[in-house]
Amino acid sequence: MPATKKKNVKKSNTIKLKFDTSWNYAPAPESKSAATIKKQYDLFINGEWVKPLSHKYFDTSDPANEEKLSEVAEANAADVDRAVKAARNAYEKVWKKMPAKERAKYIFRIARMVQERARELAIIESMDGGKPIRESRDFDIPTAANHFFYYAGWADKLDYAFPNRNTNPLGVAGQIIPWNFPLLMAAWKIAPALATGNTVVLKPAETTPLTALKLAEIIQESGLPEGVVNIVSGGGATGAAIVNHPDINKIAFTGSTEVGKLIQKSIAGTNKKITLELGGKAANIIFEDAPIDQAVEGVINGVYFNQGHVCCAGSRLYIQESVAPELIRKLRDRIETLIVGDPLDKNTDIGAINSKQQLDTIRRYLKIGKEEGYEMYESSCPLPAKGYWCRPTIFTDVAQSARIAQEEIFGPVLAILTFRTDDEVIQKANNTPYGLSAGVWTDKGSKIFNLTKRMRAGVIWANTFNKFDPSSPFGGYKESGFGREGGLHGLLPYVNLSH
Amino acid sequence: MIDGYFSLYQTRSVNERKFSNFGKTEIGMQKTGFIPAIPDFTLTPRIDQVGAEERASRFTKRSIKKESKVNGLKLVLNMIDLTTLEGKDTEGKVKQLCYKAMHLHDALPGLPTVAAVCVYPTMVRTAKKALLDSGIKVASVATAFPSGQASKEVKIKDTKYAVDNGADEVDMVISRGKFHAGEYNYVYDEIAEIKEACGEARLKVILETSDLITFDKIRRASDIAMYAGADFIKTATGKVQPPSSMPVALIMLEAIRDFYYKTGRMVGMKPAGGISKAKAALHYLVMVKEVLGEAWLNNHWFRFGASSLANDVLMQIMKEKTGVYQCASYFSVD
Amino acid sequence: MEKEIKKSSLSVSENGIEKKISPKRLEVLKTYKIYIGGQFPRTESGRYYVAVNAAGKQLANVCLSSRKDFRDAVVSARNAFAGWSERAAFNRGQILYRMAEMLEGRKIQFTDELMQQDVPKAKAEKEVNLAIDRLIYYAGWCDKYQQVFSAVNPVATSHFNFSVPEPTGVVSIIAPQEDGLLGLISVVAPVIAGGNTCIVLASGSKPLCAVTFAEVINSSDVPGGVVNILTGKVSELSSWFVSHMDVNATIYCEKDSTVQKMMQDKAALNVKRVIFYDKINWNTDEGQSPYLIMDTQEIKTTWHPIEHIAGSGGGY
Repeated sequence: MPATKKKNVKKSNTIKLKFDTSWNYAPAPESKSAATIKKQYDLFINGEWVKPLSHKYFDTSDPANEEKLSEVAEANAADVDRAVKAARNAYEKVWKKMPAKERAKYIFRIARMVQERARELAIIESMDGGKPIRESRDFDIPTAANHFFYYAGWADKLDYAFPNRNTNPLGVAGQIIPWNFPLLMAAWKIAPALATGNTVVLKPAETTPLTALKLAEIIQESGLPEGVVNIVSGGGATGAAIVNHPDINKIAFTGSTEVGKLIQKSIAGTNKKITLELGGKAANIIFEDAPIDQAVEGVINGVYFNQGHVCCAGSRLYIQESVAPELIRKLRDRIETLIVGDPLDKNTDIGAINSKQQLDTIRRYLKIGKEEGYEMYESSCPLPAKGYWCRPTIFTDVAQSARIAQEEIFGPVLAILTFRTDDEVIQKANNTPYGLSAGVWTDKGSKIFNLTKRMRAGVIWANTFNKFDPSSPFGGYKESGFGREGGLHGLLPYVNLSH
Repeated sequence: MIDGYFSLYQTRSVNERKFSNFGKTEIGMQKTGFIPAIPDFTLTPRIDQVGAEERASRFTKRSIKKESKVNGLKLVLNMIDLTTLEGKDTEGKVKQLCYKAMHLHDALPGLPTVAAVCVYPTMVRTAKKALLDSGIKVASVATAFPSGQASKEVKIKDTKYAVDNGADEVDMVISRGKFHAGEYNYVYDEIAEIKEACGEARLKVILETSDLITFDKIRRASDIAMYAGADFIKTATGKVQPPSSMPVALIMLEAIRDFYYKTGRMVGMKPAGGISKAKAALHYLVMVKEVLGEAWLNNHWFRFGASSLANDVLMQIMKEKTGVYQCASYFSVD
Repeated sequence: MEKEIKKSSLSVSENGIEKKISPKRLEVLKTYKIYIGGQFPRTESGRYYVAVNAAGKQLANVCLSSRKDFRDAVVSARNAFAGWSERAAFNRGQILYRMAEMLEGRKIQFTDELMQQDVPKAKAEKEVNLAIDRLIYYAGWCDKYQQVFSAVNPVATSHFNFSVPEPTGVVSIIAPQEDGLLGLISVVAPVIAGGNTCIVLASGSKPLCAVTFAEVINSSDVPGGVVNILTGKVSELSSWFVSHMDVNATIYCEKDSTVQKMMQDKAALNVKRVIFYDKINWNTDEGQSPYLIMDTQEIKTTWHPIEHIAGSGGGY
């Protein structure tokens, strides 16, 4: 019988695959020469580059080596006011009067020009934000272009989007975007706003302004009427100036739940429409009958995509107990093969943490996790000396009540919990103030629909994770915000409906 | 760890024979005498095709440059089973192939040889003789290759003929018809019996994945082959379209990994058919490196079944060395 | 508190005609209680206010609900949410239709109550008819708005991707003050048609129909807790309606900008959805629309891979 013969063999769990192989990948850096970054960027207002009335500039640097890339104008309230006036003027005089099909063609043109300059944009995105070139090249930039392309076509078809209603643009949209997907978020915001006939004042994130400013160059080249899109760089104060500007009709914000709440408070007593796309702590649930190897990959993509700087990251992993040891072993093997390092290297899987501040936040949570007594495992890959880095990390045997299982870490840190029954995991997965996304892995169709129906979250990935498409609405339940971006449903936040 | 479901196989003599062979015959195999529990093959892990393809395409995103490229290409050459499997094969053709196997491109010193030449059973003796003491193995297809539509007795005879003529390795095909009919016991027993007939020769089990169609079935066939005693699992005969693909090979590598973790026994992998470009071969190497790691990155555990791959690899090595793009006319076809 | 009743001044109306009560039989008066979790409790606070008509006549002692009543109502609404939202849409439609049937059968009572609250007879009759028809309207929408507002999204990868509306959860509602019955039904119906549960504060000045409507709800197979009706003061309760962390959305139907600002401000506590219906005339068709259902819906998008063996390829 097998049981008696096992004594001669090493126990399975001591068998280990070795991934530090003799054959290794040489560095394969993308060339910086394909990108042009100016020494200084002004504000893009009314179709022109203008010096900030604040007279202030701030540095933006490469988180992979802490070197300054450029300096960027910091818009103050007067600058924002100038941008809003330009947007208002463009709205009243040009944009709302323009035939929708012409509006569409401008947006199509922007989409094409983003495609043409995709390589340059990808390089700058990776330099400014730290994300691997593989992701900026294969995901961020093409998806951004596709968003413009998708919404362009809606401009003259809005009558079909809202049955029995007329659509009217809102006016001037103030848009504030985060640092995790700089160009893509700009596209998510600008494309539907323009398609529905609004004009825009957009503020890119303080640490990643460059691709939005490159987009301003593209917009300028595209011949889009001046003032239709204005891009004002700056920090929190600039954002507040946009939120509080009396002549803005719409605020669209993507960022933390904390700031989202502040914005929601700030617009109290105004008629501003608001869309919030906020934080998350997505549950990714793996049942014992799941396609295990694809689930492992889904977990990896779910939490290590973009260094975990993803609001919908699958940072809470629930594994059915019967497959937990196997799955955890596979995850550990898999993270051994993840390459952390130079964002511009084509082989890099995990780039630099976006900023010192974010790295400190992640480290604080790693400390909390260890103090809470959970078993921590991180990959053994070497890290560069300079820059901000964090190895892919797993915490196992985590409790539902652990802070690392409840709070958004926004880094490459996975908390693994186990469960026994369907009801138990549904309850645990929904046991959070957030509701942005969730994942479920099982081979059984009817179980998938039970789970996808009962998860209180805006995006559910079944047997996949972290998939995005311009035609697919994205947005949260509960404290993850409201309003949708993408797809037909992404038009609604930018229109008033009338009979 | 799930050890799967025990089946009646445990008590069957064929298994006793098969597993007792494991311990004493194989180089590098863990000599344990351990009989792993036979899982219920209807319960093999499920595969999601789309996810598997995404994972496979991720390997192709690895950028292999400079010394890493040259080292990888040399490794590829050394993993090739240089193959001729044609109805019109003659001793003359096989002799030429064997010479090529030993002298890939004499203009470029320091190249490795291929791992093996792969021929029909009738050509084994010729190949063995031609390869002399080069260290290059002779692999023979057998078991009514490529369809496998023959009685078990014929297949065993076919195998013994190849081995008796000196084959170091036997590439068998599984009975796909029986497999589709759900007769997993038959498929399993057949592999086990061929393994026994192989004696000292290493057994590669060809799944002919294009006949199996779904990834679930490819995984299931991989498991059956490994538990029945395969030393290698191999994707395809090269006679059925579409040929071997990265995702299919990935499914099989993951099956090998899971089997290794469960039993401690290493099984080799041989993708075959359709791999004719150096770049594609490097992608496979990336996949082996990142799924199975160091232990499999050699020709004892990984092979490419190919007829035209070697020359493309040679051209790429030459390009790296000279810095100029190459022309096929400068590399011998056979 | 004992209710003081001066018999001599009491009158009831029947078809709008006031008549003295026969001295031979003492009229049975109705106690206007609140409605929580399918029960008719008095307010836990023991407080009341006197509903009066324009002429100052006392109509009834009405519960002056407290924040604790609201708290209890939220618990009931939350408990009822899973069952109600997961009911077949068709079944929700049947139940809303049943509400209309019950209301139809008690038309006279509602007309009478409206008239007591100063609504002229013709207008009262019209309001009750409109209220019934509005329930029918939303009964019909229960299993249709999903089809109108869903989408199958043609994503570029090999995935099936669809977006459907789902109820946002527990909704607190401050009903229109003007139209005691129609206003209440116009805001409650789209919320529950969409699978939400709610706590609604009835019109402070015209509360009678709301309480009587609770009786309709109670006899219409609406599970307890799906609709909870409180009576009381907007000024006391509005901030609790919008600050409760277990409420997902708040609807406010008046134009008071101070209240609106307070609500938007407090809603930020849990990123609550705040909806103002301050421009809608409930007496017209403008007062009904599937877009009102959609105001308390979330859009959920689901992805699943599509195997493409044998050459199908791609999504939809």
